[in-house]
Amino acid sequence: MRAKPLATIVSAGVSKFGRREGLYARELFTEAALEAFHRLENVDPGKDIKAAFIGQMSEAYEHQSHTAPIAANWAGLLPAAATRVEDACASSGAALRCGIMAIMSGFYDIVMVGGVEKMTNQPTPEVTTILASAADFPFEQWNGMTFPGLFALMATSHMHEYGTTEEQLAKVAVKNHKHGVLNPKAHMQREITLDEVMKSRPVCWPLKLYDCSLITDGASCLILTKPKLAKKLTDNRVQIIGTGQAQDTFLLHERDSFTSVKAAKSAAQEAYKMSDMKPKDINVAEVHDCFTIAEIIAYEDLGFCRPGQGGKFVESGTTALGGSLPVNTSGGLKSKGHPVGATGTAQIYELYLQLTGQAERRQVPDAKIGLAHNLGGSGATAVVHILRSD
Amino acid sequence: MSELHPPPTIEEFYKFCTQRKLMAVRCMKCRHLMVPPRTICSQCHSSRVEWAQLGSKGKLVTYTIVHVAPTLFNHMAPYAVGIVEMPEEVRLPSIIRTSRLESLKIGMELELDFSPRPQDPSWPQWPRYFFKETA
Ligand SMILES: [Zn+2]
Repeated sequence: MRAKPLATIVSAGVSKFGRREGLYARELFTEAALEAFHRLENVDPGKDIKAAFIGQMSEAYEHQSHTAPIAANWAGLLPAAATRVEDACASSGAALRCGIMAIMSGFYDIVMVGGVEKMTNQPTPEVTTILASAADFPFEQWNGMTFPGLFALMATSHMHEYGTTEEQLAKVAVKNHKHGVLNPKAHMQREITLDEVMKSRPVCWPLKLYDCSLITDGASCLILTKPKLAKKLTDNRVQIIGTGQAQDTFLLHERDSFTSVKAAKSAAQEAYKMSDMKPKDINVAEVHDCFTIAEIIAYEDLGFCRPGQGGKFVESGTTALGGSLPVNTSGGLKSKGHPVGATGTAQIYELYLQLTGQAERRQVPDAKIGLAHNLGGSGATAVVHILRSD
Repeated sequence: MSELHPPPTIEEFYKFCTQRKLMAVRCMKCRHLMVPPRTICSQCHSSRVEWAQLGSKGKLVTYTIVHVAPTLFNHMAPYAVGIVEMPEEVRLPSIIRTSRLESLKIGMELELDFSPRPQDPSWPQWPRYFFKETA
């Protein structure tokens, strides 16, 4: 049985990712919105888009809360209902689900979903503090945990339990930087060598600087509509055929395992079941490589390889462009950058290009089915989407 | 609703730390132990819980060495944090104090200790429990 589409993506946009000095979050969001509007000329944004769900993690960067109506206002969406969605790094993945449900319920015909984060105006210790706020305050932050620290705890466990090596972690970074060179919107369009990663300074051992995603400014957005209406609007359509979201214990130490993310497994199962797809059906995937270990664990949680085999899987070349399942063709969070609130829908933006044949130099030939995997915090939230070209 | 005294709150957990006591809460229905304390059992959802004092020995389950620290911990970097398993079958996150960071090993024995309340007048004024290498 061919799964019924839940909603259809008819356009997408991202800002250039990077150190965007002198630009506020609202201005970055406008840049992303303009690209989406240019791709969909027979929709009048101010008139036709009735609601916007916008992910953003923190008000600490710009001393600004109540951010969704600002972003929507600047993007010309007055008087659409604008609501911020916050699930740390999974904010815009969760915003997308709000958009899907708004369309499926019949409440709205056309909605915008997206996300934004302006990060580089704060110094690194301050950014580290703001990011750590997605971890539990009284027990994790109070005991000196940082955001990379939590993923480092998982890396240490994975290395201990399965013999995963620091070189295997580094190979994720090398691959994603190689992909990022082909993405003109990526923050860091530069290849890095295994040696550079291995010799980069430690952030939270065993994670080094080049194991970590970048502190980046950026925004992303998508325009969603009902599958029937989509055909009248554009030929470049991508259907959402599966969505899943799950929760695990907020504190890492309460989980059964530190070598997998249970919420991601559950979210994936939900999305696979809804879309009637299996891991082997996926042609291209964007996974949440906030740290290199997270991509290795994602391969295992999504069923791309067996538990413990993620390190060998990246070494096999399967997930590089030219392999049978390219992962993070955009460059991933690692080289494209990780403006926290923008990440979930930026992953979907990449899949939109891939599944409509518009990914240019990084196009995966004949890509029909794509998967996006978006984590919040250390994995207390996970969101998985499965998309199909229409 | 639990009528436990003191109530199973995070504030009370840290008050116990000022008395050099490391406390978990135990579900009176399924015996599950929890740190941080809370009212509803995360396993069976019963809301009958009691305080249970933990011993002073633990084992290192996983760890990392933090080099890039948040503002509050900048002066300490590099320092180790980890997850410690207590023989009572409960785990907790902790700073791991050692004079030799390179000697840390998964499975090593650790000993509980406490540091005093911070002098800084800003919220929160909680003392810290921490673990160190056994003497
Ligand atoms: Zn219980």
